[in-house]
Amino acid sequence: MSDTIKNPEQQQRVRVERERRIAASRRNKIFFAVFIVIALVAPFGIYPVFLMKLLCFALFACAFNLLLGYAGLLSFGHAAFLATGGYITGFVLTEYSGLGTELGILAGTAASAALGLGFGLLAIRRQGIYFAMITLALAQLVFFMFMQSSFTGGENGLQGVPRGQLFGFIDLQDNLNMYYFVLAIFLFGFLLIQRTIHSPYGQVLKAIRENEPRAISLGYNVDAHKLLAFVLSAALTGLAGATKTVVFQLASLTDAHWHMSGEVILMTLLGGVGTVLGPFVGASIVVTLQTYLSNSPLGEWVHVILGVIFVLCVLMFRAGIVGWFSKLIQRNFK
Amino acid sequence: MSSDIILETRGLTKAFRGFTAVNDVDLKVKKGHIHALIGPNGAGKTTFFNLLTHFLPPTRGEILFQGKAITGTRANQIAKLGLVRSFQISAVFGQMTVLENVRVALQSKQGNSFHFWKSERSLNSLNERAMELLEKVGLGSFADTVTHELSYGRKRALELATTMALDPVMLLLDEPTQGMGQEDVDMVVDLVRRVAVGRTVLMVEHNLSVVSRLCDAITVLARGSILAEGDYATVSANSAVREAYLGTAVTDEVAL
Repeated sequence: MSDTIKNPEQQQRVRVERERRIAASRRNKIFFAVFIVIALVAPFGIYPVFLMKLLCFALFACAFNLLLGYAGLLSFGHAAFLATGGYITGFVLTEYSGLGTELGILAGTAASAALGLGFGLLAIRRQGIYFAMITLALAQLVFFMFMQSSFTGGENGLQGVPRGQLFGFIDLQDNLNMYYFVLAIFLFGFLLIQRTIHSPYGQVLKAIRENEPRAISLGYNVDAHKLLAFVLSAALTGLAGATKTVVFQLASLTDAHWHMSGEVILMTLLGGVGTVLGPFVGASIVVTLQTYLSNSPLGEWVHVILGVIFVLCVLMFRAGIVGWFSKLIQRNFK
Repeated sequence: MSSDIILETRGLTKAFRGFTAVNDVDLKVKKGHIHALIGPNGAGKTTFFNLLTHFLPPTRGEILFQGKAITGTRANQIAKLGLVRSFQISAVFGQMTVLENVRVALQSKQGNSFHFWKSERSLNSLNERAMELLEKVGLGSFADTVTHELSYGRKRALELATTMALDPVMLLLDEPTQGMGQEDVDMVVDLVRRVAVGRTVLMVEHNLSVVSRLCDAITVLARGSILAEGDYATVSANSAVREAYLGTAVTDEVAL
């Protein structure tokens, strides 16, 4: 075998590959710039509360995608983190209204991260369906705890959570202020996930996903790496839940219900698991359909319509909408 | 115990339900040797490897590496001690580039594997060392290729480069030439000889010509127990081995 002799065909392929990657990264940057511009002007044309809801769920789905798409772990208990973020933030802001909103959100995020650590320590050694089942069971436990405890308001939830002020001087009661705050949180979460994926840690995570025994034999403590992904995902989910509570001034059991864990799976798969934009697109579609269909005569059919879309998606484009789209682009515009 | 023994097992046993895959094996590997572990299919060679690297916990027995008991040490810690294994099926990270494969191994020694807030670019300082390792196994011009596009032989070469990135004291190679054409076999033999300089190698190998060319010592395993030990001449002259192993090997060839 003459590997050391440079093979021109091989070099050509490598060059094409490198150019493709540079083009893709440039395309991503343009996408991102366009997104920022649209996001900045959007509240002037579209109801800001709807946009905020969309951003919260998009962050939720992105956090979930970090776990499923990049660590290969299917959690069926992410509702617990969304709800914990929401309840703790709601509680802190209600009881200690002197604190800034940012501290309230931070508290919710930290609580979710801690819960994520607890879940993770119990579940991380299991694989596949067993992992999903343990997370589901733990999330159900959390659901009933929230239903029974007094600080959550039981079936009524926490209502009238004050939005308060950001850094003590920005009034978040104003929807536009609130919107830009939510946008900033979303961008922070989104960029943190991007950074995580493209970090030294992200490389190891990728290696573990590709070939776990080999990663172990290279000296990596696989469980600890997965656990970090789980905690990061839980924390960002908590951040999404906390933000959502501030937006709607409400923390309720809906967020803790296992339906919510299922919904985020739906959003992620619909958009495209393991893609950068997939969860955002998936969340947008689901939230938009839910919001607009429930106000239309078709209201009762929301779940059926979503179900049909999901089935079609699984049957026709397995890689999700974004995955399918980027394959199409690759094939036709190379 | 003399200090020139780098790896020793004492009464190592692995019993699965109703079946003893590895039975009371006492193996000694001398420092600096290329030691072959041979035996017919199902003799327990791969199980033995899995025990050494704690991918499976042993039922009984002890493992000593460099004089220290590693019987209960976790798999990833064993790698950190310098006992690094390869796999029967070439173990590479298919969706990563060839360079990234080696780099992720180099990273293991760096202690930045949890740094999720740093840019990937911080890994570029490892590129030079990774290229060196790739050049050594003749993959220099493939650095930017996505790994799953490599031929089988090159994947094995990459796996060796990745293993070498850990700078192991001792290598455990599980059938490095399995499923290869003669040309690739010669390449791997050459590679193993090169990487074995200053290290110890324990390899499972079916190809007896490879064993005879490379190895200083041979242990024959059959039905989970050691059947014979010694250099190639001693082992190949042993009548029990001829009966158990070579006999089976001949029928294997006929079957092929």
